[in-house]
Amino acid sequence: MTHSTKELHLQSVSELASTLHNKKASAVEVAQHFLQRIQADKMGAFLDVNADATLAQAQASDARLAVGTGGCLEGVPIAHKDVFVTRDFITTAGSKMLANYRSPFDATVVQKLASGVNGQSGAGMVTLGKLNCDEFAMGSGNENSAFHPVRNPWDASRVPGGSSGGSAAAVAARLTPAATGTDTGGSIRQPASFCGITGIKPTYGRASRYGMIAYASSLDQAGPMARSAEDCALLLSAMCGPDLDRDSTSLDVATENFSAKLTQSVKGLRIGIPKEFFGDGLASDVRSAIVAALKTLESQGAQLVPISLPRTELSIPVYYIIAPAEASSNLSRFDGVKFGHRAKDYTDLVSMYKQTRAEGFGEEVKRRIMTGAYVLSHGYYDAYYLQAQKIRRMIAEDFQQAFTQCDVIAGPVAPSVAWTLGHNASDPLADYLADIFTLPASLAGLPGMSIPVGFGDAHMPVGMQLIGNYLQEATLLNVAHQFQLATDFHMQSPQGGAAL
Amino acid sequence: MSKLVQGYEVVIGFETHAQLSTQSKIFSRASTAFGAEPNTQACAVDLALPGTLPVMNVGAVERAIEFGLAVNAHIAERSVFARKNYFYPDLPKGYQISQFEIPVVQGGEVSFFLEEGKETVRKTVRLVRAHLEEDAGKSLHEDFVGQSGIDLNRAGTPLLEIVTEPDMRSSDEAVAYAKELHKIVTWIGICDGNMQEGSFRCDANVSVRKPGAELGTRREIKNLNSFKFMQQAIDYEVRWQIEQIEDGHAIEQATVLFDPETGETRAMRTKEDAADYRYFPDPDLPPLCVARDWVERVKSDMAELPRVMAERFVTQYKLPEYDATTLTQSKAMAAYFETAAQVCEQPKLASNWVMGEVSRRLNTSDSGFDSIAVSATQLGALIVRIHDNTISNNAAKDVFDALWNNHAPASTDKATALQQVDAVIDAKGLKQMNDSGALEAIIDEVLAANPDNVAQYRAGKDKAFNALVGQAMKASKGKANPAQVNEMLKKKLS
Repeated sequence: MTHSTKELHLQSVSELASTLHNKKASAVEVAQHFLQRIQADKMGAFLDVNADATLAQAQASDARLAVGTGGCLEGVPIAHKDVFVTRDFITTAGSKMLANYRSPFDATVVQKLASGVNGQSGAGMVTLGKLNCDEFAMGSGNENSAFHPVRNPWDASRVPGGSSGGSAAAVAARLTPAATGTDTGGSIRQPASFCGITGIKPTYGRASRYGMIAYASSLDQAGPMARSAEDCALLLSAMCGPDLDRDSTSLDVATENFSAKLTQSVKGLRIGIPKEFFGDGLASDVRSAIVAALKTLESQGAQLVPISLPRTELSIPVYYIIAPAEASSNLSRFDGVKFGHRAKDYTDLVSMYKQTRAEGFGEEVKRRIMTGAYVLSHGYYDAYYLQAQKIRRMIAEDFQQAFTQCDVIAGPVAPSVAWTLGHNASDPLADYLADIFTLPASLAGLPGMSIPVGFGDAHMPVGMQLIGNYLQEATLLNVAHQFQLATDFHMQSPQGGAAL
Repeated sequence: MSKLVQGYEVVIGFETHAQLSTQSKIFSRASTAFGAEPNTQACAVDLALPGTLPVMNVGAVERAIEFGLAVNAHIAERSVFARKNYFYPDLPKGYQISQFEIPVVQGGEVSFFLEEGKETVRKTVRLVRAHLEEDAGKSLHEDFVGQSGIDLNRAGTPLLEIVTEPDMRSSDEAVAYAKELHKIVTWIGICDGNMQEGSFRCDANVSVRKPGAELGTRREIKNLNSFKFMQQAIDYEVRWQIEQIEDGHAIEQATVLFDPETGETRAMRTKEDAADYRYFPDPDLPPLCVARDWVERVKSDMAELPRVMAERFVTQYKLPEYDATTLTQSKAMAAYFETAAQVCEQPKLASNWVMGEVSRRLNTSDSGFDSIAVSATQLGALIVRIHDNTISNNAAKDVFDALWNNHAPASTDKATALQQVDAVIDAKGLKQMNDSGALEAIIDEVLAANPDNVAQYRAGKDKAFNALVGQAMKASKGKANPAQVNEMLKKKLS
């Protein structure tokens, strides 16, 4: 096979799986190769690496490969966003609050991708380490990490997107063939778009939230980030599935073999184009890349259908009420009593709480806790939280209306390409507004993905968003794969990454 | 008719936390057993470790359904868990998961009898709701010098909070309600009822008002963990509130604690301190859906409820309602009665004995109906001998005593039990005099010896007749049948 001659870090997930399966390289060799690249990383993508733990996992993979009992991705490396708790690595969620926190258990998604859950065998992947992110997944530039920002491999002066910025940058820079991310309001799709990789957020409830440090429980969803739809299909098949004993919001729906459903042509596929996604707020470089991509799909036989998602703009206030409300409560457990940071100087219980939380949380987290506490307060709850829930249901209904006219929806992921570090520092609202195209699918609980469709200003990557109806991940991956068969945007790597 | 205290009407409502008898916690799999070493029964979920999520314990829901059925309440097809947000070290998540706007049990009522003067009246207390929630851990302020310890073993223990309307009008009614509620939850087995261990904790909302006035401002007495303290605390609180009002002070809404040492209540916090709990539906738990067939399944698996059993006692055994309710105080008492009644076929006599002599004996000893020295079959046999006039009711008490103190095994077989009873009657010579010839001789002697009484009776004084009956009974050494003596005396004197 030709791919076995490729350098290991240039191989895709599926290529590495066959390299390992065919014993062209051992899992330990593969792990060592990536660990060396990670060591040389200057983008700040990783927060914790633990070579001993990684190599021990790789040795276990080699042992399984030797006797032929390996999982479908046995020995292939992966790295996890730091909101997934892990036994072998410190888990911080990008916060000083958890600077040295080690979990006594692995998240369900981590288990499924590695050795498995409850005796059921997993995919057999080897964990390279933990990936930087915005503190408690709050942010869209990865500048809210309590430790250090992540830089975009395409241009180190720019952000990689967020909150799964470390995941996107690490995949783009070929520091890992794949990563997990979490998406609450766009945190997989937007950094995938900014870094020129492929990422998918499945239907809410598809992947277990057990072991994912909660930001906004009704929105948080795990998903894979890799270079291609083909790789994402392999990873998503391994990540999904019911976890009813541990997560009450987990859907009782068996996972699918998404890889087997990539080959269908897009001929006759109706792609809905929401007019609200192409308004004045959309930068012209992004617009042209998206329009070109839609033309490609059209030339492959798809049919473009104009649709409307009339409450798109409302998704911003709705999201920035509901998510902070849930966050304000989810983050109450970080009080210095049981684990994590505790202030050194305090006089009584209340001062311990105040000092601990003042020191442990960053600016954006505090801002959202305060917003959330406010909208849930007596006298404001009905006007804010309840009203937001009502509009949230209407937004979901708008999508159902749209899906009577089309099979998938396509549009931009973000209004612009990646911005420069510090650009929005004095204006948190600017960050919020940039979430406009990813929030609607999050609020509706629909699957959404981002695929690279070209380059905009300063040769920065542009991602196109695909949104499907509930449980239609296979359709999204199929469309994305068909597009990637006809294009090579997903194959291009940044100079920073290729040079290493 | 409510009883006024110094011209004030007392108004009481209850909130009771019944700890549900599940093996594991309401949202985790850690054990709920009482008394383990601190923090040995708290798993990752109970400790609120990052990434953990709650999963509903179906057993807790089933117990809530059982309770709802027991008090004739509506079981909501869809109820919602909310988060009650506040910071406290023994509340690991920083919020308590509790049903707020939509509870699983809605409405219902609890009925009981209580003595009012010489009358026995039936009282019904309406329930507002009963909802599922998790308990917090415990803060240990006295075990460490200058520090507080936290024990999270109790964190996540399932509770059913049962809330009444303000329907009680005295501490007697309040205690009777609490006892009845305690009976219901232990009868259906959803709670062990252990008040010392905190399995059944009552909070009483107490206010007073002039009759016909609007409800007064209430103060809530927290954590009443014995019926005795409950009564003392409410009585003290009522007196205190009346005194305040009489002295021209307004009552301020407050939460108070009862101190058994001083017998007083004292305020913990007032309304000004009331926190904003920022309730909202818990996004980690979908609405709790209880389908009708689930309710039906629980219903068919449930033992006969006290209320239903009492109704059956009224129709099947023709007992007065009071008897039926009293006999269904506990499963063991009801079973004891039913066995005795079936053996003797005299339900009312059996009821009188069980509520009277038998309960009296149990109250003065350490035993209960499940470990009683005289078997229900023996009691039935004893009543057979009363009914067939072998012995008088008074003599039967002596027989009962003898059986109680007899160390021979109490029979549960009717024939053997009758033999045991007869043996005692013979040994003690308690057999009633049913020979009319012998009785006639005694009566003649009595009439001859008491000419004054005879004369008085003839002059219209009924008391004199009773004196003659007494003399005749005495002369027969208690063995005469009083009814027969009556009859014969009347005949002779007519």
